[in-house]
Amino acid sequence: MIALNGITKRFGAHTVFENIDLTLEQGEIIVVIGPSGTGKSTLLRCINYLETPDAGRLTVGNLSLDVAHASRRDILALRRRTAFVFQNYALFANKTALDNICEGMIVVDGLSKAEAHARGREILERIGLTDKANAYPASLSGGQQQRVGIGRAMAAKADVILFDEPTSALDPEWVDEVLALMKHLAQERQTMIVVSHEMQFAREVADRVVFMDEGRIIEQGPPDELFTNPQDERTQRFLRKVLANNPIV
Amino acid sequence: MHVLDLDYMLGLLPILLGYLPLTLEMAGAGMLAALVLACLLAVVRVQRTPGLNALAMLFISFFRGTPLLVQLFLFYYGLPQILTFLVAINGITATILGLTLHFSAYMAESIRAAIVGVDRSQTEAALSIGMTQGQLMRRIVLPQATRVATPTLMNYFIDMIKATSLAFTLGVTELMGATQKEAASSFLYFEAFLLAAIIYWVVVEILSWLQRRLEKRLNRAYQR
Repeated sequence: MIALNGITKRFGAHTVFENIDLTLEQGEIIVVIGPSGTGKSTLLRCINYLETPDAGRLTVGNLSLDVAHASRRDILALRRRTAFVFQNYALFANKTALDNICEGMIVVDGLSKAEAHARGREILERIGLTDKANAYPASLSGGQQQRVGIGRAMAAKADVILFDEPTSALDPEWVDEVLALMKHLAQERQTMIVVSHEMQFAREVADRVVFMDEGRIIEQGPPDELFTNPQDERTQRFLRKVLANNPIV
Repeated sequence: MHVLDLDYMLGLLPILLGYLPLTLEMAGAGMLAALVLACLLAVVRVQRTPGLNALAMLFISFFRGTPLLVQLFLFYYGLPQILTFLVAINGITATILGLTLHFSAYMAESIRAAIVGVDRSQTEAALSIGMTQGQLMRRIVLPQATRVATPTLMNYFIDMIKATSLAFTLGVTELMGATQKEAASSFLYFEAFLLAAIIYWVVVEILSWLQRRLEKRLNRAYQR
């Protein structure tokens, strides 16, 4: 189970969000939607401590910590249970595709190089990049880089994978292959929280869609309900605007 | 008119080359020590370690702000008057010490810039999979910073080789000191110093060639 209780984040005097509560069951897929600048990404980054939350409680599996009093050890433990996929891929430029995937297994999990490489090759197969094992990020397309980014997250065997707008930086031609891989993970019931503007993906893949606006969770529910019958006026307005440009088929 | 005495130069060549190892040893030892010190200084500067950061800044400021020759005289002639246990310091050690401190100050700044230049998102990615700060530095940041800093560091090494010639002012008979002695006895100053210049030049050219090969190798991962 993943639970956020009363998570609060401020940048100086500006409160990004306050008292956010969100709970996921193992194997649940949540897509977070909402206007830009409403704190969706920041919330995601707080779960992995890439941003330090100011107050609240984070629970991932059997690890539960009060964010205001988290020790360095707590933070490391939390990060080992969560994995992150970045908008700009953030691959290690000095490492091949295979080594990007294996790095965490070797350095963090303490696997031998041989074990890590065996698992790394399995993952490369699942992300469809067996032939790119020894390619460096600079020689990969955006779509391939993001698939490696997802592979790196898969290798962490985390309780939850956090996707921060994983297709926003991609050329349109590469979006589908990344979404297809994410769908594949969803079918395997990999727990994930996805911040995305891909409404079609949310509709097809999410168990639950969460709508955030101005630092608050306004409304959440199964995609069929939220997309066809949004209750809150702000959700309605947002969906009208977004779906007018990109209707869901 | 004075004609270049080639026979004299040919005869002098093996004599001067005999002093080249000492020159290279001083530069090599200075470079190794300076690299270690510069890395430490750079990490302190990047992480803004309280207290140490201010000390590092003072150190860098002093050793970049004063001439190397002044520093060498200060260590060799000056310091032993205050710290009497240093009386036994010989010219070679003093030179290596001076080169180390002087060049580490410059090198620290280029290493720091190279570290800061590594894409911030890779740092986040490393942290996100649970790496510690130390692992992040060792496995991700420093290897990439090395590539960026290598050309500048090689330039400092080249500078350092040439700067070993100042050791002659501390009474060390290295390449420059030997040339001075030979020239003084033959009175063929032009031939002697021209030959010394050519030896330095050839050594530096060989290093520049090595530098280009090294850079090519380091850039392999970044080719599209």
